[in-house]
Amino acid sequence: MGEVGNRETNFQASGSSSPDLPTSSVISRRRKSLGNHATAYLFLLPGISVFLLTVIFPIVKSIQISFYKWMVLPGVPSPFLGFGNYSRALHDPVFWRALVNSGFYMLVTVPSQIILGLLAAILLNKKIRGRATFRVLIYLPVITSWVVVTLLFLYLFSGDGGFFNWILKDVLHLVNQDVQWFGSRWPAMIAMAALGIWKGIGWSMIIFLAALQSVNPELVEAAAIDGAGPIRRFFAVTIPAVRRTTTFISMMLVIGGFNVFIQVYLMTQGGPSGATEVLLTYMYKQAFTYLDFGYGSAIAFLLAAIILVLSGVQWRYFRPDADS
Amino acid sequence: MIVGNKKRTRLMTTSRFVTLCLFSLVMVLPFLYMVSTSFKKYTYLFESPPQFIPKEPTLQNYVQAWTAGHFSRYFFNSLFVTSVSTVFTVVFASMAAFAFAKYVFFGKKVLFILLLMGLVVPGIVLIIPQFIIAKHLHLIDSFAGLILFYIGMNFSLDTFLLRGFMEDIPRELDEAMKVDGASAWTRFARLYVPLSRPALATVTLFSFLASWDEFAWAITLINSQDKRTLPIAIALFHGQHATSWGLVFAASLIALVPIIIVFLITQKHFIEGLSTGAVKG
Repeated sequence: MGEVGNRETNFQASGSSSPDLPTSSVISRRRKSLGNHATAYLFLLPGISVFLLTVIFPIVKSIQISFYKWMVLPGVPSPFLGFGNYSRALHDPVFWRALVNSGFYMLVTVPSQIILGLLAAILLNKKIRGRATFRVLIYLPVITSWVVVTLLFLYLFSGDGGFFNWILKDVLHLVNQDVQWFGSRWPAMIAMAALGIWKGIGWSMIIFLAALQSVNPELVEAAAIDGAGPIRRFFAVTIPAVRRTTTFISMMLVIGGFNVFIQVYLMTQGGPSGATEVLLTYMYKQAFTYLDFGYGSAIAFLLAAIILVLSGVQWRYFRPDADS
Repeated sequence: MIVGNKKRTRLMTTSRFVTLCLFSLVMVLPFLYMVSTSFKKYTYLFESPPQFIPKEPTLQNYVQAWTAGHFSRYFFNSLFVTSVSTVFTVVFASMAAFAFAKYVFFGKKVLFILLLMGLVVPGIVLIIPQFIIAKHLHLIDSFAGLILFYIGMNFSLDTFLLRGFMEDIPRELDEAMKVDGASAWTRFARLYVPLSRPALATVTLFSFLASWDEFAWAITLINSQDKRTLPIAIALFHGQHATSWGLVFAASLIALVPIIIVFLITQKHFIEGLSTGAVKG
């Protein structure tokens, strides 16, 4: 991003550097630069117009909707509520429960995915027999659809004789009877978080792996020659090398964590009686079950605001150039 | 001393190998269980202890999954929607990435920030306004509605990754072609696209995956039974058939086939494409 900023200033500088006589070369340069603008816009046009219509305009629209008691039927006027939908959310216990559940999911899944993904990447960074196979196997959950893995975990966590209950009861003897994973709040949240971690490890592994492979091997060798052991090398060379990547991964995972939806939608539908509701299932229910688009949008916007603030904080404190 | 070092290295490599085996086993175990269940005859009940190798393996679940209902139809629906949206996303994103990487233009910074917003606010957060817009455009219950929004949803990530890659392509090649009188389009199509192949493979995989697996938008937009895509079909399979898990998993595994194919085709370039695109940021 810094790079773009630089170019922008370069461009402005060159644009304002010749306010004096417009020599012929300046004119031709200007004409050429105008031509360049036009070329760039032509290349941008198809993609950006779809993007503006389907992503950016909805963001604006979403803010607008959230201030109304939005009427779905055409021709029926929508009463303006101001911050009504927002204050309703702040006084709604289900909203708070959903926020806590989403936050719990995020707090459990993000560090686990980072640590396990980094571990897998370090193990796979040096040549080893079967490396490509390991990589594919660990990446397999990432490329499998959410619907499929959700149903799979529903089966594995099943209350009567499912696979995990068999492990806990008959193999490890940790519990005496089958756990009803989806019967109450925290077991259900744990099952969903387990799914999230398992599905996400491969993703952070691949990104870490890409970062590790761009680490200069001479740096590691030099550290080794200087007598640094593997642990020392890890903290002195590897960690600083993947710092930017970790920030990127952590930002993406925090966003992904708050976007938890399909698991909950398919596993518990937010139940029993709203115990496992997360922000997006609650938003979805408000909009498409109760047709309260205004309230749903307010919830979505509050979620977006939380994500934006968290991303901003991470960017500020862990951004790549913070230490240079 | 040297011998000791060698021994230590070998020990380290072995323990690394064993750890990786255990790690991969945990990651793959759920899949193995799914595959084995899909070959079992009676899967309405859970068995304890679980059998990993079915007693009387049968293909009946696969046959039934493919023929029952309209599963093959849903499969081709998904294939159509995913292929079209992937092609458009990759073409549009590589064009935009070319402009971002090699041109200076008015509003570049603003557009780039909008693009980042697309990365930060993804998925179903925008589903309410998107639904309202789709309704205004008469796109409810249509493949066009799925395709248009899939292009938009994948555009920012793809552009971002491709831009990082294209910025690294040496200017000299570009200048040389310019001197020869090549137009911007020629340079894009003959130079930048071929040289960006690893990044293109990566974004093709990402877009294909994202559209193939997309569930929330599809289930919100599509009403008619004959327009369902695979994720909807599989999710409903789960409810409809008194959850015959063998059937659900057979269907799921059929749905996995195109993904595996695309993954195997693109995976060679995958890491390279990511390391230059995402990591440099």
